[in-house]
Amino acid sequence: MPNSNPAAGISRRGLLATAGAGVIAAAGTVFLPPPAHATVEAATKFMASLIGNRTPVAGRVKLTMPEIAENGNTVPVAVTVDSPMTDADHVKVIHIMADGNPAPEVASFHLSPANGRAEITTRMRMSTTQNVWAVAEMKDGSVYIDKTEVKVTIGGCGG
Amino acid sequence: MAIDAKPRIKLPKTAAKGELLEVKTLITHPMESGQRKDDKGQPIPRQIINGFVATFNGRQVFKADLYPSLSANPYITFLVKMEESGKFEFAWTDDDGTVYKDVKEITVG
Repeated sequence: MPNSNPAAGISRRGLLATAGAGVIAAAGTVFLPPPAHATVEAATKFMASLIGNRTPVAGRVKLTMPEIAENGNTVPVAVTVDSPMTDADHVKVIHIMADGNPAPEVASFHLSPANGRAEITTRMRMSTTQNVWAVAEMKDGSVYIDKTEVKVTIGGCGG
Repeated sequence: MAIDAKPRIKLPKTAAKGELLEVKTLITHPMESGQRKDDKGQPIPRQIINGFVATFNGRQVFKADLYPSLSANPYITFLVKMEESGKFEFAWTDDDGTVYKDVKEITVG
């Protein structure tokens, strides 16, 4: 990710990769129609509508998806959150969102101590290669996030 | 439009006390996203399962809000820590207001 650590200095490889991505992005804007898709901004905005001004931090939540999805119509999603799932300390909600589908929201799963362990799976549509976000809201109000990129061979939003 | 939605739950009939049980749920449903167009180029209206609730002995143990990005035939699994015998009730809500239900009893001992 280009935004991972600006303080680390710009390596030659990083610079080339960024330049390469820029070329691809530029080519995309030339040849593709305007995208009717959510963007990182839309996903960020949607997340803010769910968690307010709390800042999600990395850790505790783990999103597992295939690196490459051949069929974007049904891509397996698995989320686990490291939590004792007691009355005092448990996961309240796991939100799944995506930053390249027509809309960012995918699903929200409401959990309780009755679950024993915070672990869900489902299947989602992906219209194109993009990042999927798993955001976990804990009982104490803290918010954790994990993101993963899935490369999609055939998009799954119909036409 | 009426949809022939069939719920399916995979759950054993018995469990040990304290066992972590995986509840596998699926309902046959096209999850029409509202993004597609028909042969004449007219948009096909959205019709999805937008919510799912699981209760055990009347208490909610799991709930999901679903959006068009979820795949057709929504498949969801979650865990429940079994402490007592009882009855699971599952309910899926369609955009058209229909609620599809299923029930599973389980003996814990």
